[in-house]
Amino acid sequence: MASVSTDRTPVSGTGTVAGGQDSPPALAGYTLPEPLREFLPKVGWTLVSVGTFAALWEFLWFIGWADPKLLPPPHVFLGAFADQAKFFNTAQRWAIGVSPDAGPTPWQAVLITVVSSAMRVFIGITLAAILALSLGVAIRYWIVVERLTLPTVTLLSPVSPIAWLPVAIFLFGIGNAPAIFMVVIALFFHMTIATINHIDGVNRNLINVARTMGATKAQIYRRVIIPAILPGVFVILRLNLFGAWMVVLIAESTGVGYGLGQVIMLARNTFNPSLVFFCIALIGFLGFATDWAMRMTQKRVLYWVNDPSGVLRGL
Amino acid sequence: MIHRGCFVVSDNNTQTAGPAVSCRDVGKIWSAGTSRAHEALANIDLDIEPGEFVVLLGPSGCGKSTLLYLIAGLEQQTGGSLTYFGEQVKAPSPDRSLIFQETSLFPWLSVWENVSFGLQIRGESEPDRRAAAKDVLKRVGLTEAGSKRPDELSGGMRQRVAVARALAMRPRVLLMDEPFAALDVQTRQKMQDFLIDVWRDSGASVVFVTHHIDEAVALADRVCVFTSRPGRIKETVKVDLPRPRDPFSPECEALRKRLTQLLKDEVDRAFAEQEGMAEAV
Repeated sequence: MASVSTDRTPVSGTGTVAGGQDSPPALAGYTLPEPLREFLPKVGWTLVSVGTFAALWEFLWFIGWADPKLLPPPHVFLGAFADQAKFFNTAQRWAIGVSPDAGPTPWQAVLITVVSSAMRVFIGITLAAILALSLGVAIRYWIVVERLTLPTVTLLSPVSPIAWLPVAIFLFGIGNAPAIFMVVIALFFHMTIATINHIDGVNRNLINVARTMGATKAQIYRRVIIPAILPGVFVILRLNLFGAWMVVLIAESTGVGYGLGQVIMLARNTFNPSLVFFCIALIGFLGFATDWAMRMTQKRVLYWVNDPSGVLRGL
Repeated sequence: MIHRGCFVVSDNNTQTAGPAVSCRDVGKIWSAGTSRAHEALANIDLDIEPGEFVVLLGPSGCGKSTLLYLIAGLEQQTGGSLTYFGEQVKAPSPDRSLIFQETSLFPWLSVWENVSFGLQIRGESEPDRRAAAKDVLKRVGLTEAGSKRPDELSGGMRQRVAVARALAMRPRVLLMDEPFAALDVQTRQKMQDFLIDVWRDSGASVVFVTHHIDEAVALADRVCVFTSRPGRIKETVKVDLPRPRDPFSPECEALRKRLTQLLKDEVDRAFAEQEGMAEAV
């Protein structure tokens, strides 16, 4: 299945040509395996894109426009990392009887911080997706559920997740629970409404075909409507992934023990721009990586959805 | 207005008492009882015999597709009675398969899974479904395509799969809503020949909606020409020509001329009405 879909994936512009079929004569006789031929140009262009941005920043620093104390360029904040890693201390230093030197090494601490933030995002978005999908389908399946819940859902969906922050703390105190609660509450209402919209947008013909075949309502939902809305739901999930990362930082900055949001707050309070930018770079990278993972999952699970970008490239 | 007894008995026809589908004074008003109510169909009297090929011909929006949906049981008529082998049509049934203009294959299922979708709904086991799908795909000439996905097929092949999916349910009435409208002319002619073969082979009645006169000439035992707003059967033209038909034979030319004239009056009237409405505004 994967090979079929890659056949029809649009050739990624000049990138593939450069790394692929027209490879230099020195490499003649050896062609890279196809997944690599597609993958390497993408990585290359990503590096070029980020590199250009970093180079511009470095240039502004070089001519003296970017103050390294306020806007430290990449080589400064990345270079200073060994020094900064100590701020990622996940040990309970404030607890009585714990020495400041106790706990994991700085590198382990960075890893623990990143993993715990990522786990909060992952658990939050999974819970939100399950709840929203279930409620969205239930709203369309039973009219009584729609009448009872849809007005409330619509009413609550424009409320900013920030407004829920005190509620999260009232209910769950500090720790993982309020951060996960924040992610769920930030995504749940939108995703419910989006699920309903996707159900309404299912091609009538598909439903009618199933009806003429004698399918029951439950069979139509299970075999037609749910598969038909999956691609749309997956896109919502991907879009909301970034939202989840934003919310988790806000939740963490209020103090959950450890997490990227907390490190950023620490950096703010101690006026440490290098640490801020380092965290930003880290978050950007994590967001990018999770989005990539989701796209891979999407390709695997939703093998029947075509990549439409080929049409746009042809323009 | 109805021409009865014009039906040519095909050799594999299973004679049952009475018509397969019988419409008596059938009418349909959309959004009945509201300010948006409008009449799509009125006074439809039509009998479709078992094994007969009936073409409903008319301009776009004349309600011929609505009639198809009523026969399928996907919509309920607001007047008159509609029976299938003597029983009131109340809900859709696998006995009356509907084939749509647009692709209506499930894109997440392979061809054979699409074809056996209805059998899965019935709860048949996978080996049975595979065998049935293989058999029916052979009948539509797509033996090799079973494991492909719908978007890997051409438009014509996709409609063949849609026909195969309908045939897998062994329907006694095939309802077709402009199934070849999206295909190019050459493919469409191929598909018409294909459809005639399938129809002969299956012994089912076919109700075929089109706005295409050539298609009606090539296929029909009987052509019902529709008026629009509301849809009524203006005239029923019996076609007693052997198949395959030479589209350039004098008989076909004469038929085409007659249908063109009947439709032209209708389209002229619709245009005049629309212009009148525009002036009134």
